[in-house]
Amino acid sequence: MATLEIRDLHVSVGDGAEGAKEILRGVDLTIRAGETHAIMGPNGSGKSTLAYAISGHPKYTVTSGSVTLDGEDVLAMSVDERARAGLFLAMQYPVEVPGVSVSNFLRSAVTAVRGEAPKLRDFAKEMKGAMDALSIDPAFAQRSLNEGFSGGEKKRHEILQLEMLKPKIAVLDETDSGLDVDALKVVSEGVNRFSAGGETGILLITHYTRILRYVKPDFVHVFAGGRVVAAGGPELADVLENEGYEKYVKAGASA
Amino acid sequence: MGLEQRPVSTLHERASFDVADFEVPTGREEEWRFTPLRRLRGLHNGTAEAHGKVIAEAVAAAGATVETVGREDPRLGRSFVPADRVSAQAWASFAQATIVTVPKETELTEPVVLRLRGEDASAASFGHTAVVLEPFARATVVLEHRGAATYADNVEFVVGDGASLSVIGLQDWDDDTVHVSYQHARLGRDARFVSHNVTLGGDLVRISPSVVYDGPGGDAELYGVYFADGGQHLEHRLFVDHDRPRCRSRVDYRGALQDADAHAVWIGDVVIRAEAEGTDTYELNRNLVLTDGTRVDSVPNLEILTGEVVGAGHASASGRLDDEHLFYLQARGITADEARRMVVRGFLGQLVERIEVPEVRAKVEEAIEAELDR
Repeated sequence: MATLEIRDLHVSVGDGAEGAKEILRGVDLTIRAGETHAIMGPNGSGKSTLAYAISGHPKYTVTSGSVTLDGEDVLAMSVDERARAGLFLAMQYPVEVPGVSVSNFLRSAVTAVRGEAPKLRDFAKEMKGAMDALSIDPAFAQRSLNEGFSGGEKKRHEILQLEMLKPKIAVLDETDSGLDVDALKVVSEGVNRFSAGGETGILLITHYTRILRYVKPDFVHVFAGGRVVAAGGPELADVLENEGYEKYVKAGASA
Repeated sequence: MGLEQRPVSTLHERASFDVADFEVPTGREEEWRFTPLRRLRGLHNGTAEAHGKVIAEAVAAAGATVETVGREDPRLGRSFVPADRVSAQAWASFAQATIVTVPKETELTEPVVLRLRGEDASAASFGHTAVVLEPFARATVVLEHRGAATYADNVEFVVGDGASLSVIGLQDWDDDTVHVSYQHARLGRDARFVSHNVTLGGDLVRISPSVVYDGPGGDAELYGVYFADGGQHLEHRLFVDHDRPRCRSRVDYRGALQDADAHAVWIGDVVIRAEAEGTDTYELNRNLVLTDGTRVDSVPNLEILTGEVVGAGHASASGRLDDEHLFYLQARGITADEARRMVVRGFLGQLVERIEVPEVRAKVEEAIEAELDR
């Protein structure tokens, strides 16, 4: 069973004249297959930095701590190696890649992650099925990746990739932001399909409790000042819903 | 024919068939300042000896005629006047020309393919080609350039009223080739002209596509893809002269550059003269820089002499591969090298996919892959 372990993770950004700025200040988290963890926190608390650091974005520097997937050192891997090892990041702002079609991109990604090219017919069928499940118009297969997509369309395509790449652990970075209720339901159903087998883990990063009505977390962590300042079960989300982040922000700042 | 002055615009005001009307360029002139003259092997100063060998071979399509004619043929040189010294030199020096004619209202179902093959780069060759579409004809013409040469030529595209011509110029020369080429398109009333230039091989390639309109309603689309490797100089100089009302032009040239001293030059000149009311024009150049040590010069010039236009704009952007693109693809398991290839392929592919001849498109895709393998 897959386990992602994050231990005392410190991450900085920037190395220019102003020097490096520490964003994550000692994060500890363990995500096991079959578990859904929600990370909630105010803007600027470092939630997205955690997501990027796990996937290896070059902008972020890990200054200390460790991240392992089933005991393997994730931090020693390149970005693509991490993905092939079974990590997935659904991006908050998926970039537009002109001239690279959705189907070409998906086929390249599936080939890389599975280690062999799927048969063209099987792949076309699989892609069509996955797109139908997310109510994505099949015409998108021939469009340039994310180019001219609405916010909701981009998020659906992130979940499409999630469902086709079938990672061990998925990090969803504010996948709910910018979605209307209908799109939120469609996207949440995709996430639930992904986790239904109980063999995959989810780290769901969100600012709002809204998505937690559709994707039920087993654990809720409150993030402030670059670390986890409170942890509990799903009931913690209700507390946040009613009371907001204010007292945690203070806790994070004083730490 | 003497020197003609067009004082209305500051762009391209000189024109003559006589080499002597043009001074030998020194490299300080606006039209020569980006070109390394020393590498032109005398094409620009009269010292090039014209005993090189570039063999022209044609695959004619049913409905079109392809002729090889002498330089005295009256159909030559009617659509243009040379605007610089090398163009005038090529006009003065060619021995034989190729004329492709598509008769009135004839629609070709197959492309006409002209293959030019250089056999010797140590001496110069001069060429001339004319493609004439009579009114309401439709045709696709492929110009393939391969081999080793020191070559200057003029190409005339005469598109009659209501006719439609699509041209694909493929410059896939050997590494030691120098090619200076002038592509003159003249569009009749409501004529349509689509041009693709794909420039990949050669030491120095300098292509000057130009468009003039003979009547209202003309529509020109000029596309170009180039890939400059270490040491290569690839230059494209576009000129669209809007002097008739209600004509349209679109220019989109894109290039990739890699390795030391790869140099790409793009000049996009558009003039909208006072009489060209209702003009709709847009030109774009984008360059993707893949390594250190390359150089890009991209200069759009738009001169507007009437306020009554539908649209007139230009854009130029040169930049490195976007780290965020690479990160996104890598985050899906795709290796850094493959991610880079996908981004470059995508960037150039948006123009390549517009090439309507499938065999040529496949050849271009293959050639771009070969560039990426370097």
